[in-house]
Amino acid sequence: MRIKAITKRIILQMFHDKRTLALILFAPILVLTLIYFILNSENKEYTIGIIQAPEGVVQTLQDQTDYTINIKEIAPDAIENALNEETIDAAIDASSDSVTLYLLGVDSSVSSRIQQLVKRAFEQQVQAPASHSMHFEIHYEVGDATSSLFDKFGTQLIGIIVYFFVFLIAGIQFLSERTSGTLEKLLSTPMRRYEIIMGYLAGFGIIAILQSSLITFFVVYVLGLPSHGNIWLVLLITLLTAIHALSLGILLSTIANSEFQMVQFIPIIILPQIFLCGLFQISGLFSKFGYIMPLHYTSHAMIEVMMKGNGLSSIKFDLLYFTVSLLFFIWLNMQLLKKQRKL
Amino acid sequence: MINNSSTSSTSGITIESVKKSFGRKTILSDISLNIGRGMIYGLLGPSGCGKSTLVKMIAGISNPDCGRITILGKEMPDFSCMQQVGYMAQSAALYPTLSAYENLDFFGSLYIPSRSLRKERIHEVASLVNLTADLKKPISAFSGGMKQRLSLAITLLPKPAVLLLDEPTVGIDPLLRQAIWKQLRLLRDEGVTILVTTHVMDEVNQCDELTMLREGSILISGSVKSIIIAAGTTTMEEAFVHFSEKQENGGYSYAN
Repeated sequence: MRIKAITKRIILQMFHDKRTLALILFAPILVLTLIYFILNSENKEYTIGIIQAPEGVVQTLQDQTDYTINIKEIAPDAIENALNEETIDAAIDASSDSVTLYLLGVDSSVSSRIQQLVKRAFEQQVQAPASHSMHFEIHYEVGDATSSLFDKFGTQLIGIIVYFFVFLIAGIQFLSERTSGTLEKLLSTPMRRYEIIMGYLAGFGIIAILQSSLITFFVVYVLGLPSHGNIWLVLLITLLTAIHALSLGILLSTIANSEFQMVQFIPIIILPQIFLCGLFQISGLFSKFGYIMPLHYTSHAMIEVMMKGNGLSSIKFDLLYFTVSLLFFIWLNMQLLKKQRKL
Repeated sequence: MINNSSTSSTSGITIESVKKSFGRKTILSDISLNIGRGMIYGLLGPSGCGKSTLVKMIAGISNPDCGRITILGKEMPDFSCMQQVGYMAQSAALYPTLSAYENLDFFGSLYIPSRSLRKERIHEVASLVNLTADLKKPISAFSGGMKQRLSLAITLLPKPAVLLLDEPTVGIDPLLRQAIWKQLRLLRDEGVTILVTTHVMDEVNQCDELTMLREGSILISGSVKSIIIAAGTTTMEEAFVHFSEKQENGGYSYAN
């Protein structure tokens, strides 16, 4: 009953504070949309390496009006390097019966655009139905036909953004409970310490469900991020991430004296996690630090479920990590309240 | 929640050799007090004398370094006791984005589960502090005095048997202040034990008994009349000065 009272109060507070509500619900969408446009903006100029190809095909490619195609002669053994260094976007080898098209495969929109252009050029050259003699073999250096840069980033960014906003807003809310004296007032009532923490978890949990549903829906149905897995598992992961952020936010609010000091935790708590959670390829000892960071497990679980379409068994270790660390933080929070009231 | 049947002891609040210090600074040095049930007890002293710290320890939200505090015979902190104690902090502890009604409803729901009973009680206490017309306003639109009154209303809402009020009448219009004191006397007559802190010397005239506190120790305890007679002065202010000087002289002579 008292837990419900706190839960209800937190939701009421959030809905009265329209700006914070908008921040928690729409800022993530704005950020993700921006990143979508940055990572998915279409290039109009491609460089294609030619190992061997009919003169006519090359001419057709160069005559494109919609795109600027640069042609570059290239040796077969230089393809891999050139693709990786992105000095070429694709390479064509038509020395045998079939045509081999080499692609980097990181960005699916680039891959499919080039494929389309090259196939059309060949079809125009060979005046026969495509099915007759044209056989295309596609080689991807990394990735596959579907992965775009945003697919991988976007999948992980859902977790990162949820973590960021919940950490900050819940932390500040609990901090103001402490500085305004309402926490003291709560402790002077027969409210149990666990009821305060649980009330917070439930209240922000509900807000987090709202937030993560909105973000997941937006990313999957509006930005078209492929989701191969169970959408409920995605929600479960984001919810756990949010509750983890909440408990850490409450914990760190005890060593902050103002809202500004709460913001100072961003470069210490949030940024290292973004760099080391697996979003970027980092080698060596430094990357090992990622294993202690909650966002590392969120990222891993999100990729398993959303990109690979794996089930519960593939993320059980991630879920275990969240459960254990969450229980630890809740326990720690209750111990800290004990400093104020020993009961 | 006033329980007159279990009057096994007549003491409302007892404080036995309580000490408290923050770091090296001693806030309270060896305080012992016995506050009888059903009286208005004043804690008088300038700011920084340790009044608020003492009240917080009585409320159970701060732990004394040593000593014992009991309320209605139970050592604090104790949940069954906290159910019957209403604590009002010096600075109004309210949720600024919520309306006055929502604040009352939230704190009320910690004590009174029934929605209809709670609603009834909210309107009772709101009219008591003259805030009925402002219940729908958010706290951020409230003045300091209004916040103070709402805070008092929240404290009175669960009908506590013991009231701990830390400077409850600061910033309140004299007319309303009189009304609040009248209300407190009514509650006392019903058997409620009320501890009020103040730094306004005149206000203690309203108290049945009081203690003067200075620099973390007790100057004198007793009724208004007995203190004035003991000091040989006419006002409480003069009495406070008299006992303060006595404390300092006593301090020096002790040191020699």
